[in-house]
Amino acid sequence: MTKQQANWSPYDNNGGSCVAIAGRDYCVVAADTRMSTGYSILTRDYSKISKLADKAVLASSGFQADIKALQKHLAARHLIYQHQHNKQMSCPAMAQLLSNTLYYKRFFPYYAFNVLGGLDNEGKGCVFTYDAVGSYERVGYSAQGSGSTLIMPFLDNQLKSPSPLLLPAQDAVTPLSELEAVDLVKTVFVSATERDIYTGDKVEIVILNAEGERREFMDLRKD
Amino acid sequence: MQFTDAKLLPDASSCSLDSERTLYPYVTGTSVVAFKYRDGILMAADMGGSYGSTLRYKTVERIKPIGQHSLLGASGEISDFQEILRYLDELILYDNMWDDGNSLGPKEVHNYLTRVMYNRRNKFNPLWNSLVLGGVKNGQKYLGMVSMIGVNFEDNHVATGFGNHLARPILRDEWNENLSFEDGVKLLEKCMRVLLYRDRSAVNKLQIAKITEEGATIFPPYSLKTFWGFEAYKNPTIGAEGSW
Repeated sequence: MTKQQANWSPYDNNGGSCVAIAGRDYCVVAADTRMSTGYSILTRDYSKISKLADKAVLASSGFQADIKALQKHLAARHLIYQHQHNKQMSCPAMAQLLSNTLYYKRFFPYYAFNVLGGLDNEGKGCVFTYDAVGSYERVGYSAQGSGSTLIMPFLDNQLKSPSPLLLPAQDAVTPLSELEAVDLVKTVFVSATERDIYTGDKVEIVILNAEGERREFMDLRKD
Repeated sequence: MQFTDAKLLPDASSCSLDSERTLYPYVTGTSVVAFKYRDGILMAADMGGSYGSTLRYKTVERIKPIGQHSLLGASGEISDFQEILRYLDELILYDNMWDDGNSLGPKEVHNYLTRVMYNRRNKFNPLWNSLVLGGVKNGQKYLGMVSMIGVNFEDNHVATGFGNHLARPILRDEWNENLSFEDGVKLLEKCMRVLLYRDRSAVNKLQIAKITEEGATIFPPYSLKTFWGFEAYKNPTIGAEGSW
């Protein structure tokens, strides 16, 4: 008698898209607020964005239960860091921690596709993009999630990031102003909503800059 | 033989015998529908416990009060629901034993349940339920859902199983924040009636429960009026003699 196979999957894809864009002295992190399963919408008002530290904001899409657990884990680690170092974690430090946390579960991964955005130690915008098992790099902008294949090419066209292979190294952050970047993010989500069934309802946009944090919401198509 | 197998297996299951892990559900309950209304939360579920395609049990209470502030409704495996009730019993007991005037609210219970469901999923031994947790504490209404793999969210209206497909659209269209109790019950009955017509595992014996700041009330079971007198159902063999 053959061994019984499980007829349930420990994973599910709850959909959604995340985007982050780094600027000279700001960072924009955005994600839609739709949570789906299969062809159903579970809720139209679920935030995929989590503020891990003063200058580090994480947007994750994928399997919601794993994302929640991952965000809780990182928040707990950040608290311990604050107790031990008497300061907030910097964005690059959080980036490394996230990578390590993801790789720790290399053989039963967190089904989470992350973009981490924030300000580095010099106050410049930084964006880190990840795969599900922790491979990451610092970039000028990134998109992850169900709409990423629709969004990324558009960002490539509009933001024209210089090649990381150039010498001398050129800045990956966009010369766009904060308002222009937010406008671009809104455009990008409206477009993705048209063709990606898992993206829609609302987009939540978090802007980090020297003054602090700002949050904006915009309605998207609900179909 | 079993022991050597267990040592060779990677730790996908922490139990040594596969027979100790949940593979599929046996006695199941179907949809639960719930939404916020003016004074609190309204929740409904039928009283059926199906054993595959057999309607084995017809008086299963799938909605239970938890502590002073919450209601828990469950669909899926009934025995797993009973185990969850045992866990929650212990949780509420220890909370009461502090005797400090604090009591676990619906948010806290929902969070606890999410962690329990997610941890069981991590061990590849899930509790085969979709849970609806609703309650009111200090005037704040709360309604959330947890699935068997730990997916959780809160919203103004939730439904499990078929309810998600059939009841949610009705609620999206007709729900509003200031439903009175009577209007809320009418809306619930509308949803449950659709489920009764279209969900094969639904039974026509349902319980409605409400929870407000004052406390929880689970109403006695009753049946919905249904209509089957369509022309197309009368004289079904008229078009094809000899058929049924």
